[in-house]
Amino acid sequence: MEIPVMVGAGLVVIGVGLGIGRIGGSAMEAIARQPEAYGKIQTAMLIAAALIEGIGFAALFAV
Amino acid sequence: MLFSFYKKDLHLHRFLKTDILSAMRKTFLKHTWVVLVVLLGQFSFAKDNGGQEEGKDLKTEIKEYIDHHLQDSHDFNLFSYTKDNGDHVYVGFPLPVILWDDGLKIFSSSKFHHGETLAEADGQHYKLYHGKIYKTDAEGTIAYDEEHHPTNVRPFDLSITKNVVMIIVTGLLMLWLFSSLARSYAKNNGIPTGVGRFFEPIVLYIRDDIARPNIGEKRYKKYMPFLLTIFFFIWFLNMFGMTPLGINVTGNIAITTALAILTFLITNFTGTKDYWMHQFNPLGDSLPWYGKIPLYIILVPIELLGLIIKPFSLLIRLYANMQAGHIVIGSLIGLMFIFKSWIGSPMSFGLAFAIMLIEVLVALLQAYIFTMLSALYFGFASEEHEHEHEHEAELSH
Repeated sequence: MEIPVMVGAGLVVIGVGLGIGRIGGSAMEAIARQPEAYGKIQTAMLIAAALIEGIGFAALFAV
Repeated sequence: MLFSFYKKDLHLHRFLKTDILSAMRKTFLKHTWVVLVVLLGQFSFAKDNGGQEEGKDLKTEIKEYIDHHLQDSHDFNLFSYTKDNGDHVYVGFPLPVILWDDGLKIFSSSKFHHGETLAEADGQHYKLYHGKIYKTDAEGTIAYDEEHHPTNVRPFDLSITKNVVMIIVTGLLMLWLFSSLARSYAKNNGIPTGVGRFFEPIVLYIRDDIARPNIGEKRYKKYMPFLLTIFFFIWFLNMFGMTPLGINVTGNIAITTALAILTFLITNFTGTKDYWMHQFNPLGDSLPWYGKIPLYIILVPIELLGLIIKPFSLLIRLYANMQAGHIVIGSLIGLMFIFKSWIGSPMSFGLAFAIMLIEVLVALLQAYIFTMLSALYFGFASEEHEHEHEHEAELSH
C-alpha cells in the first residue's frame, strides 16, 4: 500500500468526521431550540449523515 | 420554601432513580440471552482465528481469516480448529452445489472437503479455489495468467450457498412471524399479543413516520408492503450477522444490489406523469422551447444520471456499512493474537464488545435508512402538482 493513498484516505476521513460532527452539532442546537420538532430534525440529520458517510467508505475502500 | 422544594425534588428524584434501576435490572435479566449471544459471537470468532499455520506472517493470516469470514461459502461452517497433530477439524454441514455446465450437475459440497479434494460429477472434475468453483482436469491443475488469476473455466454456479440458505431462512421466518401475527390480530380484535407488542410500534413507525410524510397521504398504502418487507428483511439479516454463525448476507454487494434494483424498478414503474415530466422537462413552462435547448443538453443527462445514482448510493451504503462493521470486529479480535500478552486479550475483548454493541445499533439504523430513502424516492416518483394541498395537510397534521 502506498503512503500517498493512505494519507489521502486519512484526509477524506477527517473531512467526513468534521462533516458528520457539524451535522450532529447543528441538529443538537436545532433540537434545543425546538424540542417539539425532534422527530423531523432527527430524520433529516440521519439522511444527511448517511449521505456523507458513503464518501468515507469510498475512501476506505480505495485503500 | 425553596429548601422544601429542593427536598421534595430530591425525594422524587431518588424514587424515580430506584424505579428506573429496578426496571433496568428486570429488562437486563429478561434479555440476558441477548448478551449471551453477543458473547458467543466473540467466542466463535476467537476460535476461528486460533489455528495457525507455520511459515506465514501473522498479520497476513489474520487478514485472510477476516476475508474468509466476509465471503460467501459453499458449506455452512460453524467453526473450525486445528488439532495438535495438524489436522483441520470443521464443524458444520455441507450444502448442495448446483452447476450448469452442459447440463445440470447437482452434488453435495462435502465432496470438496473444504477445497482439499476434487469433486467429480458425470465425468467432469471441479475444484474449489478461494471460494469459487473451477472446472479442472483429473489432476486438478489450475492455470494462472500474469496477475495470478486462474484462467480455468468457471461453470454457471446456482449453488445453495450460505447466503442463499440465510435468505431462505429469513424469508420463512418473516412469513411465519407476520402471518401468525396477522392471525392473532384477527382473533383478538386488533389487540396485539406476545411479540406483536414489540412489532406493532415498529410497523406503525414505518407507516406514520416514514411512509406517510415522504410519500403522501394519497399513495402511501401502495408502497407499505414493500417498505415493511425490506425493512424487516434487512434488519433481520443484519442481526443474523451479529450472531456467532458468521453470516454476512447484507455485507454482500450482490444482495444489496438486488435490493436496490427492486427500489429502482418500483420507483420508475410507479412514477406519475409529473415525475417523468420532471426528468425530461425540468423547467416546465418557465422558458420558451428555444431557451431550453442549451440548458437541457446538460440538465436532462444529469437528471437521468440521478435515476441510477440514487439506488447506487443505497446499495453501496448498506454493503459498506455492514462490511466495515465485520472487518472492524474481526480486526479487533485479531489484536489478541498480535499482542500475545495479558494486556492484549482484555483490551481486544473490551473494544470488540463495545463495537459489537454499536453494530447492533447500526443494524437497525441501516435498515431504517434504506427504508427511509426508498420511501423518499417513491415520494419523488409519486409527486403531483398539488403542492399547496400537501402543505395544508402537513400544517393541520
